[in-house]
Amino acid sequence: MRPLIGLLLLALSAWANADRIQIAVAANFAEPLREIVAQYRQLHPDIDIALTVASTGKLAAQIRHGAPYDLFLAADSRRPRELAREGLGLPDSVRSYARGLLVLWSPQSDLMLDPDMLRSGAIQPVALANPRTAPYGLAARFVLDDLAVPDSVPLVQAENVGQSYHFAHSGAAAAAFVAYSQVREQGGSLWLIPEARYPAIIQQAIQLIDSPEVSGFYQFLFSDEGRAIIINHGYQVTDAE
Amino acid sequence: MLSNGDWLALWVSIQLAFVTVLLLLLICTPLAWVMARRRWPGQALLEATLALPLVLPPSVLGFYLLLLLGPNGPGGWIGDLAGLRSLAFSFPGLVIGSVVYSLPFVLQPLKNAIANLEEDQLAMAAVCGAGPLDRFCSLVFPQARLGYLSAAMLGFAHTLGEFGVVLMIGGSLPGETRVASVALYEHVEAGDYANAHRLALVLLVASLLMLWGLFRWQRQRTSGSWL
Repeated sequence: MRPLIGLLLLALSAWANADRIQIAVAANFAEPLREIVAQYRQLHPDIDIALTVASTGKLAAQIRHGAPYDLFLAADSRRPRELAREGLGLPDSVRSYARGLLVLWSPQSDLMLDPDMLRSGAIQPVALANPRTAPYGLAARFVLDDLAVPDSVPLVQAENVGQSYHFAHSGAAAAAFVAYSQVREQGGSLWLIPEARYPAIIQQAIQLIDSPEVSGFYQFLFSDEGRAIIINHGYQVTDAE
Repeated sequence: MLSNGDWLALWVSIQLAFVTVLLLLLICTPLAWVMARRRWPGQALLEATLALPLVLPPSVLGFYLLLLLGPNGPGGWIGDLAGLRSLAFSFPGLVIGSVVYSLPFVLQPLKNAIANLEEDQLAMAAVCGAGPLDRFCSLVFPQARLGYLSAAMLGFAHTLGEFGVVLMIGGSLPGETRVASVALYEHVEAGDYANAHRLALVLLVASLLMLWGLFRWQRQRTSGSWL
């Protein structure tokens, strides 16, 4: 009996491992974050870090319903601020970690992706992330409106930029609005959309749990090493703070 | 009570379920027949393949279906014939996905019904010179109609409740591929709980009424003499 109880306690303590950091991350930033986590774990091999990847809106909704995340890396500044206002995180922890760039991308090479091509319907359907939940989708919606792309051009709505990319990559959609970081090394055709055409995508994060382990990793995100990885993935870092 | 967009989504769901069930009844009748009344090599493998949607996660089906329906797969040239770029993100594409996904739910009740047919009557009718169509209309269908009704209701309800596959191959186009379950999911994701509550309630009540009707009908039929 006694060994059994011991085993049970061991399992429980492993389950309630305080050293495990659970991060909710917007789909566009999953790749750079994985690299940052790998780098961080070389310095702190005893800390376990797990990622949950989804759209910013979905993750914010999960956090409002008590999802046990320690850190939330959103693709906008709206959600982290809302959560802070609702008392769901450490209010002083909201910080911008990256500025994202929106691109229109197609796996087909030597396409001349530009406003005229988009308006003419020569490439269709065009995928974008759900504007209601995904900041990159919202930015794409702004671009479509700004360019006066007619309603006759079919659009396909993805859950987040990850699925938007998947729709184009599989060939099911002709092109997709995605984050520059997702496709900068993917070949194909790419139109880096002028930043004046959409409201800036300021990606902010919020720390949800006050613990030294979480703070340690969060600070690493803003260290020179962390920033180098972020820049290397095609983001800009704002030097405020 | 519901917004126009949600009514439209509900209407797409109903159309999808209706077309899917109609196609499945046509496809599954001969399938159920050869499965229930013949023995042939490779049968177990075919049965296992057709039962796969019962156990496979919808994400697996959705992943493959997107490749098959897209312009680089067979969906590309079939879509071409219909003037579409591909079958992905289109209503016909959803129908194909739903037919695959709901097939076991229609096939199983039909198989059981056909396996329980009265052998003697069928043989006698054949001896008396009734053709296959005549035998089907005057003997098989009346005897198996409970099976047909169960198959149709289950297929309809299951397609109405479909979510994962549509999420992966639909693209959420209003009036085309945004079905009620996906519209609800998007309300929840966007934090629009008022609309989410309304649509969820409508779906819940509609599904309950449908199943209640089916079970009531079954009870009446099985207790009364309907043969």
